[in-house]
Amino acid sequence: MTDATMPTPKRASLLAVDERTRKRNAAEARFKIYGIVAICVGVLSLVVLLAAILSNGIPAFQRTVVKLPVTVTPEQYEAAESTLFKTKEYEGLFVAALSAELTAAGVEADLSSKALERLVGKVGNNLRQFYTANEDQLGQSVVFEVPAASRIDRYFKGTLAVENITAENRFIQPQDLDVAEAMKDAGIMATVFDWNFVTGVDTGVDNPGGAGIGASVLGSFLMMFVVLFLALPIGVAASIYLEEFAPKNRLTDFIEVNISNLAAVPSIVFGILGLAVFIQYMHLPQSAPLVGGLVLTLMTLPTIIISTRASLKSVPPSIRDAALGVGASKMQAVFHHVVPLAAPGILTGTIIGLAQALGETAPLLLIGMVGFVARYPETFLGGLEGPNSALPAQIYNWVSRSDAVFTEKAWGGIIILLIFLLTMNIIAILLRRRFERRW
Amino acid sequence: MYDDQRLIERNLSAMETKISAKGVDVYYGDNHAIKDVNVEIQDKTVTAFIGPSGCGKSTFLRCINRMNDTIDICRVTGDIRLDGEDINDKRVDPVQLRAKVGMVFQKPNPFPKSIYDNIAYGPRIHGLAKNKAELDEIVEKSLRRGAIWDEVKDRLNAPGTGLSGGQQQRLCIARAIATQPEVLLMDEPCSALDPIATGQVEELIDELRQSYSVVIVTHSMQQAARVSQKTAFFHLGSLVEYGDTGDIFTKPEDPRTESYITGRIG
Repeated sequence: MTDATMPTPKRASLLAVDERTRKRNAAEARFKIYGIVAICVGVLSLVVLLAAILSNGIPAFQRTVVKLPVTVTPEQYEAAESTLFKTKEYEGLFVAALSAELTAAGVEADLSSKALERLVGKVGNNLRQFYTANEDQLGQSVVFEVPAASRIDRYFKGTLAVENITAENRFIQPQDLDVAEAMKDAGIMATVFDWNFVTGVDTGVDNPGGAGIGASVLGSFLMMFVVLFLALPIGVAASIYLEEFAPKNRLTDFIEVNISNLAAVPSIVFGILGLAVFIQYMHLPQSAPLVGGLVLTLMTLPTIIISTRASLKSVPPSIRDAALGVGASKMQAVFHHVVPLAAPGILTGTIIGLAQALGETAPLLLIGMVGFVARYPETFLGGLEGPNSALPAQIYNWVSRSDAVFTEKAWGGIIILLIFLLTMNIIAILLRRRFERRW
Repeated sequence: MYDDQRLIERNLSAMETKISAKGVDVYYGDNHAIKDVNVEIQDKTVTAFIGPSGCGKSTFLRCINRMNDTIDICRVTGDIRLDGEDINDKRVDPVQLRAKVGMVFQKPNPFPKSIYDNIAYGPRIHGLAKNKAELDEIVEKSLRRGAIWDEVKDRLNAPGTGLSGGQQQRLCIARAIATQPEVLLMDEPCSALDPIATGQVEELIDELRQSYSVVIVTHSMQQAARVSQKTAFFHLGSLVEYGDTGDIFTKPEDPRTESYITGRIG
């Protein structure tokens, strides 16, 4: 139709690949290789990471114990309770039972007070606590599981440098190891799953093997509770208002930009803010999960707001039109139709925000949540305002202690932290699958 | 050219005006989308808005139930009256207006809920049913009027989004009817449908004329000729010509209308 002359098309065979096509295909092939290499690097680092964590962390869940049936008669109990050094008497009872077992198994061992302490630590108090609490067990045979000393434990886990042990070492002697081996062969010593690590509380340097992560798990839980309770309603309300109701003007643009900026603020800044506002100005208790939760709420809010707004945006406008078209008010359209459709995205965003908050350490250091917590809180509210630690802070704390057992515990703590994060992510995926709807 | 068209018998005597628009202008930001439109839409009549893409016919349709309120940059001036009442009056709540003026959209947009809930939603929020039995009745009546009852009566709890395109659109029409509106606005209701579904919807529109004032925006001149009694031709934001459908298609007064219906512009 036009007057302009069209260039005559070049005739080329389809069977021959021309230069441009060859270059294009080569570029595509190169890009695929880059992608595969990138994925391989990623997978390899993940494998190395997981292998390191598992190999270092799994021993923390095991513990060497001395299993010994002990029978204490009421007369022995009376006699022990009437002396001045009661635990010493109980230790004597334990030694008697142990030496009987050892003789039966044909093991010769020095069971002097010092040697016993090198093997199992101070056991007298364990027995005394048990019998004063369970007097009805007197006269019956009770199997005690007493944790072996931490060096014996490390010896069986293969982390003790045996060649460095000298005769001057007051914690362990070379002959102790032979005794331990013999006890293990006789079935008196065994390696068991260490429930105390999962449920127990932190301990001092004198008893590294007894340290547990339970209290800091509870601390983390309490903080997550505060975060969920505050960040979810505030974040969702803010994003629904901003996305659906707020007029689009300079002010809302400004707010929007700043929410995105907040999401990128380093967490330590939130920590120092929490220290200044919540502790120094509002005088909330230090080291409390309540304050930790408040700080983490501030940190999680932008994440929740951004993901909620994104999922509200992704609801097709035709649904809003449909609701408005049958005479629903703006609020009815939003709450009856838009929010339910956006719910999977909102939930996913919230859980990812929570997971992020769960792993956060820096702000907790600033508000003092690295305290030494040797007991569980008695009430829920007491737990919120009493001093506690949190999973990552506890791990940080353990790593900085000198005893190698604590380092092992830290690796174990990382496994627990990862299990929690993995669980949360799986819940997020399941929720998304469950509530996702097509339209 | 019109041999294949089935022109419906037109009996327009003694019709009362349902909607009257005087000097309506619409601006999208700086863009003057509708320029001084004056039109009287009659009760119990199908009125078709035709015109090339972007001529403002959908925009004008959305003025009638104030759907343009939901667009921030959109500004409407002029006077639109429904039964003599100014719909842009400060005292008018758009929610009440939209209950009276139902709307069917270009793309079928059922809620991602069951068929039953799709229909029951409007009556529920407007409190039209006192109990479950009444609601059931409204749902059945609306689905019957929407000519889809027989196809869905056995699966009222199935999701509305699982229906075919034509069924979805009839479901949307039934949903619009369920709130008992007086006017039904349809924005290219058949543009996403195949010819068979289109035929079903057109038949339905003709039936709805008995009780409602129907305003339909369409790209297809054949459709306008088939279903409407009155036709308005829009071009570049202005209402060029408005009159009986037969007259518009056989003896248009304006040369632009003639050009459009004979296929020279558009």
